[in-house]
Amino acid sequence: MIKREKRRYLALKAVSEQALGKEAVLDAIQSSVCRLFGEYGASKTKIKLIKEVPEKSHLVIRCSHLMLQEVRASIASTVEINGKPAVIHVVGVSGTLKALAKKT
Amino acid sequence: MKQFADLHLRVPPNDIVQSEKMVQKASELGYSLVAIPFPPNTTRNQIKQLQHICNQAKIDFVSRTNLSPRNSNELLHDLRHCRRNFEIIAVRCYTKDVARQAAKDRRVDLLQFSVTNLRQRFFDKQEAELASQALSSLEIELAPLLQLTSFSRIRLLSCLQRETAIAQRTKVPITLSSGATTEMLMRGPRDYAALATVFDLQLSSALKALSETPLVTVERNRAKLSPEYVAPGIRVTGMKTVD
Repeated sequence: MIKREKRRYLALKAVSEQALGKEAVLDAIQSSVCRLFGEYGASKTKIKLIKEVPEKSHLVIRCSHLMLQEVRASIASTVEINGKPAVIHVVGVSGTLKALAKKT
Repeated sequence: MKQFADLHLRVPPNDIVQSEKMVQKASELGYSLVAIPFPPNTTRNQIKQLQHICNQAKIDFVSRTNLSPRNSNELLHDLRHCRRNFEIIAVRCYTKDVARQAAKDRRVDLLQFSVTNLRQRFFDKQEAELASQALSSLEIELAPLLQLTSFSRIRLLSCLQRETAIAQRTKVPITLSSGATTEMLMRGPRDYAALATVFDLQLSSALKALSETPLVTVERNRAKLSPEYVAPGIRVTGMKTVD
């Protein structure tokens, strides 16, 4: 029987001088993963945008639990989005969306 | 809950507004202690001003100085003058002579190496063995990893991988610090720990390098700088006056 792969949900907060769309943030994370770990590494992260939480100005993404540290490292190494200085902070990490909502 | 420390938050000492912002940010990111570097000839007032800012942000303040001596004699001279004025002493080793002297001197807390000129990174096996017998630890700043791009970052990562392997083999403590000059270069401790895994530092070791190792260094130095301290293992516990 194939075991279902575990996932991790990350709540992110992007800070920049300009207004940032969720696609722009996700693109910046993806390209940062590619820069640090290459296309092979990026393919294993299985990053997916889940939702935007406008009231907290958070963005929730999902990744493979085996690649959590690699994704966090890539998020930390992001210094610009759309050519403008920006920073993405990880506000919380959890195995379920419900627990993530409680944490953040 | 784990306490985290950033032993190198490079706030501009003359810009109070920016300093306040950076200290506040460090507090928000989850640091309980920050070390702010000052020039060796700084005044008590400047240090007190930043200490006040840190107290307001409810964050523990540590004074630090970075020495950049040209030779070992200059290093010894600087250490004699600065050791009792600052809680943390870091030495930027630009020559091998200075690196060796700094590694074996018990007054040095942190060993720093150049991130731009990799020929000036003298942390080899011999250096590590000297450092392991003294109390100094290898400081790795993470802000340069964010600032450098393409080949310069690849070369730095390669150097850091080699150095962390040597440090772990010879049991030299590793201290991770931000070295951030602006808020945009500041990251949370767990993000920095994740970033440290790219130069083959285990996550547990990275977390230790951001919490336990710097906190132990600060605690040891504070004990040494206290008036009760006499020598290792000897403290004044009380005074008796004879009439």
